[in-house]
Amino acid sequence: MEYSTEQDWEIVIGLEIHTQLATQSKIFSGASTQYGAEPNTQACAVDLGLPGVLPVLNEEAVSMAIKFGLAIDAEIAPYSVFARKNYFYPDLPKGYQISQMDLPIVGKGHLDIDVDGVTKRVGITRAHLEEDAGKSLHEDFHGLTGIDLNRAGTPLLEIVSEPDMRSAKEAVAYMRKIHELVRYLGISDGNMQEGSFRCDANVSVRPKGQQEFGTRTEIKNINSFRFIEKAINFEVERHIEIIEGGGRIVQETRLYDADKDQTRSMRSKEEANDYRYFPDPDLLPVLIDSELLASIKANLPELPTAKKQRFKDQYLLDDESATILTSSRDLADYFETVVAKSGAEAKLCANWVTGEVIAALNKNGIEITEAPISPDRLGGLLLRINDNTISGKIAKQVFETMWQEPGGADEIIASKGLQQITDTGAIEAIIDQIIADNPDQVAQYRSGKDKVFSFFVGQAMKQTQGKASPAEVNKMLKAKLQ
Amino acid sequence: MSLCNDDVNKIAHLARLAIDPQDVDQYTQNLSSILDLIAQMNTLDTDQVKPMAHPLDQIQRLRPDLVTEVDQRELFQAIAPQIEAGLYLVPKVIE
Amino acid sequence: MSIFQLSITELAQGLRDGEFSSVELTKNYLERIKQHPELNCFVTLTEDHALSAANLADQRLANGTAEILTGIPIAQKDIFCTLGVKTTCGSKMLDNFIAPYNATVVEKLNASGAVMLGKLNMDEFAMGSSNENSYYGPVKNPWNTQTVPGGSSGGSAAAVAARLIVATTGTDTGGSIRQPAAFCGITGLKPTYGRVSRYGMIAYASSLDQGGPMARSAEDAAILLQSMAGFDPKDSTSANTPVPDYRADLNKPLDGLKIGLPKEFFTADLNSDIAATLEKAINEFTKLGATITDVSMPNLQMAIPAYYIIAPAECSANLSRFDGVRYGYRCANPANLADLYTRSRGEAFGTEVKRRILIGTYALSAGYYDAYYLKAQKVRRLISDDFKKALAEVDVLMGPVTPSTAFDLNEKSNDPIQMYLSDIYTIAINLAGVPAMSIPAGFVDNMPVGLQIIGNFFAEDRLLNIAHQFQQVTDWHQRTPKGFE
Repeated sequence: MEYSTEQDWEIVIGLEIHTQLATQSKIFSGASTQYGAEPNTQACAVDLGLPGVLPVLNEEAVSMAIKFGLAIDAEIAPYSVFARKNYFYPDLPKGYQISQMDLPIVGKGHLDIDVDGVTKRVGITRAHLEEDAGKSLHEDFHGLTGIDLNRAGTPLLEIVSEPDMRSAKEAVAYMRKIHELVRYLGISDGNMQEGSFRCDANVSVRPKGQQEFGTRTEIKNINSFRFIEKAINFEVERHIEIIEGGGRIVQETRLYDADKDQTRSMRSKEEANDYRYFPDPDLLPVLIDSELLASIKANLPELPTAKKQRFKDQYLLDDESATILTSSRDLADYFETVVAKSGAEAKLCANWVTGEVIAALNKNGIEITEAPISPDRLGGLLLRINDNTISGKIAKQVFETMWQEPGGADEIIASKGLQQITDTGAIEAIIDQIIADNPDQVAQYRSGKDKVFSFFVGQAMKQTQGKASPAEVNKMLKAKLQ
Repeated sequence: MSLCNDDVNKIAHLARLAIDPQDVDQYTQNLSSILDLIAQMNTLDTDQVKPMAHPLDQIQRLRPDLVTEVDQRELFQAIAPQIEAGLYLVPKVIE
Repeated sequence: MSIFQLSITELAQGLRDGEFSSVELTKNYLERIKQHPELNCFVTLTEDHALSAANLADQRLANGTAEILTGIPIAQKDIFCTLGVKTTCGSKMLDNFIAPYNATVVEKLNASGAVMLGKLNMDEFAMGSSNENSYYGPVKNPWNTQTVPGGSSGGSAAAVAARLIVATTGTDTGGSIRQPAAFCGITGLKPTYGRVSRYGMIAYASSLDQGGPMARSAEDAAILLQSMAGFDPKDSTSANTPVPDYRADLNKPLDGLKIGLPKEFFTADLNSDIAATLEKAINEFTKLGATITDVSMPNLQMAIPAYYIIAPAECSANLSRFDGVRYGYRCANPANLADLYTRSRGEAFGTEVKRRILIGTYALSAGYYDAYYLKAQKVRRLISDDFKKALAEVDVLMGPVTPSTAFDLNEKSNDPIQMYLSDIYTIAINLAGVPAMSIPAGFVDNMPVGLQIIGNFFAEDRLLNIAHQFQQVTDWHQRTPKGFE
């Protein structure tokens, strides 16, 4: 089917991202937040909403929220209030979620995203603290649903964007940027499989040039970058199809079904909700004074944008390498350790990390933190390129061995006899032999066919198994062939 | 302020309270007279008054981020209406 | 004198002198409780718990680690969670609820060595002024069993008045300690909000609820409060303010005490016999060296309207956790999830609880929040300011606790408005959060009358001192209902 999207319609997207905060204990109780425990073994009296229990706020959740706020240039509320959001659901033990409404901890901020080489600023309306709900398990209980409340009470930061994004691509870029940021700040593990980072997308379309927004639909609980793009694209097409067919969009909550690559209306959310927010009388206002703010600010890690600029200035990297290397704090740290350890040119280190290392990670489907070659080991390898012990080509061989086996670069080079031949006498003997064995090529070269030169280089490298220094070989060949 | 039976049924649904149809009239009547009593507040001018949520001017105390709770599932589930494999069971939830 | 007439201090002395052991005392009290089922004070008797606690108390008495409450029989309002013991809150909803933890108040009283004999009847979820809203049936007033004991801590008040127990705990959200104390002729103290931990005290209206002691005398109340009060890290609203020695100043003379009488308390709504009784009582204070001033608190009459928004709004959310999923009542054969919720809640909550949940739900619902909830919070501030202003001019305020003496059973149970109006003198105090006491001040037609003493934030020691001084020169608090001497 063909849609006239490009010409006639403008897409409007706002995202609500829920990120679990990496605290040890829950936001209002002393139960562990560890993922993967046996059902309900990490749901304490407070998490279960037993009669008479009361919440007490976790200080680490507050400072993590503040860190996020500082990182997006937002105003941190000096006075912030928790509210009850009332609705009945079996994974919500108290019948209300403790959240924030009127006075969220993080106010208006913004984040810059890059799409197709263009930088765009996305407004962040607010970010507030709240408690996560438990999980409903629908399988294997003879038609009943099982409730696991281990997740109930895990701290969440809900980050609400302005409806500033105009394409699924921009939405993905924004979501990735937030993901990168929370991991940089160390406030979330961002693990999307485990549900630590998930997103609701508000989508609408309007005729280009129209001021007012179209009716929006909300796609709930998307937990992958790939799915959000697909879900938004599906939803946009659905909207346009309905409107162009003379229909109207119904404001509703929808679920994305990845298997069918489509969205569908959520039956459980069919009726309009009336959450009856009011200040939680069990909790008092949170005051954040300038002293606390200053101390958190002082301990804030270097943020991606600043780090990228520094990489360009300090290591003289091009924009592309700096962007890749600062895409995660772990990768950036890895790179800087390699530079320090190898003493080699940063450019060389950057090429290795963005090239060999990332390719190997992708091939094996693992993260930089899981790489079998530590930055120290890689540094040791690059050190040997730098001091001419091995050539770049040999280094790649060593790298592959290191990926499979333990041991430092030097050990592997020594045990496999991969050192560069530095004995010029030995190289000279080999070259003399090549010249003697190939009189035709020598004649061609001397008659002006420069291209034949590479034949001699190739022969020399072949016979030294790549261990001769290419520079030395070149120099010597040139002299002998004159 | 006077409510009708429809209002009461709507509120009862929001609060997830089953109310016997034969009792709705009585609730409607009682709630309406309670709202009349409450309406006396409107005689006070409160435009310049700051709402008061708590009797004391306290601020929220923060708890250190420490795990202090141990697994008490067995104790807690001993009083549960229906459990299986450590889970609380409810009629099927449809999303 | 019968041991059932002895004060805590006297009992503590008797235990130390070996006149009786805690086990003997406990058995005697248990026996007496069982002789008076007609009052319906107890929901649960915890005999086994009590006897083992009494045994432990006797050991502490023997080895010199006993405190003043060690070995003294008390009972808990059934709103406080007690580990391993049924905790019903007066509701069918929790008829099967064996609490898996102890409330902080229970922990503290247990640690002091007090011996809990059982759990006391109350209005369901502390909503009521007559104890007629209990799933376990009404409590009877020992002064006249045709009348109500007041509520919601009706079981607590009636049990103390009938000498079935030495002292009890109560909770007060709009008068639930003071009104039954007045109706039953005992001494009850609602402390400053935040003075006594709310952890494990099943919430009705979180910004108003406060636990406190109910006893025969101010001195006994002081001893009980000493154990109950204090900072609790598990309660965010708990006050981190030092707890004074409540008995230290009991005997301080009242010379120069400035008493304020809010004129809004002494209007035509107050029964004239009660007014005359209170006048005589207040006269006693002038004899003790106090001076009397009239004060005005113009917003007091707005307390009931504001309360009946704030308390129901908070309760509508507080009671959402009772959903038949993790504990408590679950309806039979729920057809689906909605049915599980609506029927479990519909079948297990009583009429008054449902009424308040409905009012609160309505007040918070879309479009009404500002007109009701926000307005009520503003009115609350005006009322609170009235108290602050008045208590800057005088040391304490005095007035009635109730507009009448105990009313008849069934008299108001079908008229919620009339029932609500019976708390007209107590509700404002909860909105302001200040402490207040009800002490026996005389009788009208052989029914007790309570005098209310209201103090500044954290001035419980002052209130207890004033009440104790009054009780040194009067004997209203010694009077025992007929048949219970």
